[in-house]
Amino acid sequence: MAKDSSITGYLSEDELKGRPGIPSEARRRKGAVAVLECLEDIPCNPCEASCKVNAIDVGEDITTPPRLYEDKCVGCRTCVPICPGQAIFIVDESLSDNKATIEMPYEYQPLPEKGEMVTALDRAGQELGVATVTAVKKTEKMDRTATVIIELPREWSMKARAIRLKR
Amino acid sequence: MVCVGAGPAGLAAALEAAKNGVEVVVYDENDRPGGQLFKQIHKFFGSKEHRAMERGFNIGNSFLNEARELGVDVSLNSVVLGIYENGTLNVMIKDRIEHVRGEKILVATGASENMIPFPGWTLPGVIGAGAAQTMANIHGIRPGDNILMVGSGNVGVIVSYQMLQAGSKVVAVIDAAPKIGGYAVHAAKIARVGVPFYTSHTIKEAHGKDRVEGATIIEVDKNWKPIPGTEKRFDVDTVCIAVGLNPMSQLLGMAGCKMIYVPNLGGRVPAHDVNQETSIKGMYVAGDVSGIEEASTAIIEGRIAGLAIAHRLGYLDEPGFLQQRDVQLKNMVGLRSGSHGEARGKAKEYLNAMMKG
Repeated sequence: MAKDSSITGYLSEDELKGRPGIPSEARRRKGAVAVLECLEDIPCNPCEASCKVNAIDVGEDITTPPRLYEDKCVGCRTCVPICPGQAIFIVDESLSDNKATIEMPYEYQPLPEKGEMVTALDRAGQELGVATVTAVKKTEKMDRTATVIIELPREWSMKARAIRLKR
Repeated sequence: MVCVGAGPAGLAAALEAAKNGVEVVVYDENDRPGGQLFKQIHKFFGSKEHRAMERGFNIGNSFLNEARELGVDVSLNSVVLGIYENGTLNVMIKDRIEHVRGEKILVATGASENMIPFPGWTLPGVIGAGAAQTMANIHGIRPGDNILMVGSGNVGVIVSYQMLQAGSKVVAVIDAAPKIGGYAVHAAKIARVGVPFYTSHTIKEAHGKDRVEGATIIEVDKNWKPIPGTEKRFDVDTVCIAVGLNPMSQLLGMAGCKMIYVPNLGGRVPAHDVNQETSIKGMYVAGDVSGIEEASTAIIEGRIAGLAIAHRLGYLDEPGFLQQRDVQLKNMVGLRSGSHGEARGKAKEYLNAMMKG
């Protein structure tokens, strides 16, 4: 039996490929876009409600996993701290030098600082390598969920989903 | 209306009834109200109607503010000892016992944590996951440095995350079942920072003389039998048990409510109708005591019970009641569907059907 996320706890790239919340590589290369890593039929729709450009669709039955309309998504990041499951990331693969950025929710203390070198972790918590923090966002509206933007090699943009501080 | 329990279900019921003019007193045995809401530091699921993406303790605070504004009497350190005929109750308030009578009674006493026995389970350091949550999130005390979480349901995975936030290391989350029980997104949250899951594993033993110094887990086969030679030992100082909850329905059983054993709802629960009324006329239930679910479903059940009580007492006319109740029932649909909710929904329908005989 292949070990899937119901046993390991994390989604594999195979499980995510082509799913309705995952933007295409072509779209990611154009600029910031939301990646919705939410495949399970749980009752939840704040992402849809938060999206000002109607790029996320859950629908009447709130157990339907969210669908992303990648051409409508403007990568505004509103949905990232909103998601109670911390399953939304903003990926931008449009940077030069084969770089990309990922914005991710972060609810640990202390917060990293802009410019800090951190260790990028994949969905299984395995170390990928070094990433640089380019921004840390925390406003009252985000209700204690900060977001951290890291810059890293583009090949990790659909792999890195967490960070570990080096200090 | 006398309400037993000031958790999400009890408070929601009290607010709906009080809004319509019912005089409400709420008893709670704890020294602060809110039940488990104040240790829910995570953002809730659901949709806007369920107050999704709000953190539990914020929902608790808004309930308490509303209760104050409506003049709801919340009596703390008040243990309801028994419910007798004609809506009479004995309540121990601090050091005295009072005899009170309510025209309508709502029992919303919640649930207690299940425990599993294993060698070493009485050692200090073996604690309920709920207890760990109370220590960290209410009292600001980290239960341990290295934690083994037994149980991968939502309580297990959510509390694991909160232990990481508190600065502990969660060395593993184990579950005897072959699959993770909690929401995939909760599991993913802790997996991505390196917490391993061991499904089809149970705890064999907690080691230590005066307190937990380690724990051994063992793989189980598909008949739940431990497989010798598959033991793994972890150096931990804390073992958290998150193996489900049990409805605290003793008051209802003692009062003579028709009780039914429903495994999908966590144990012995009272049969009740769609208005949350039990087989004893005038006695209502809401929340985990009527079947283990979630805070959001408990709040909706509480609202329905509060509306029904206001209606029966003559404070809310029939069309007004039905209209408001049906809004709540509609809000419930999503929460009792999907692979995590459907079985609970079916079990609740069964409980409703059992009322009719």
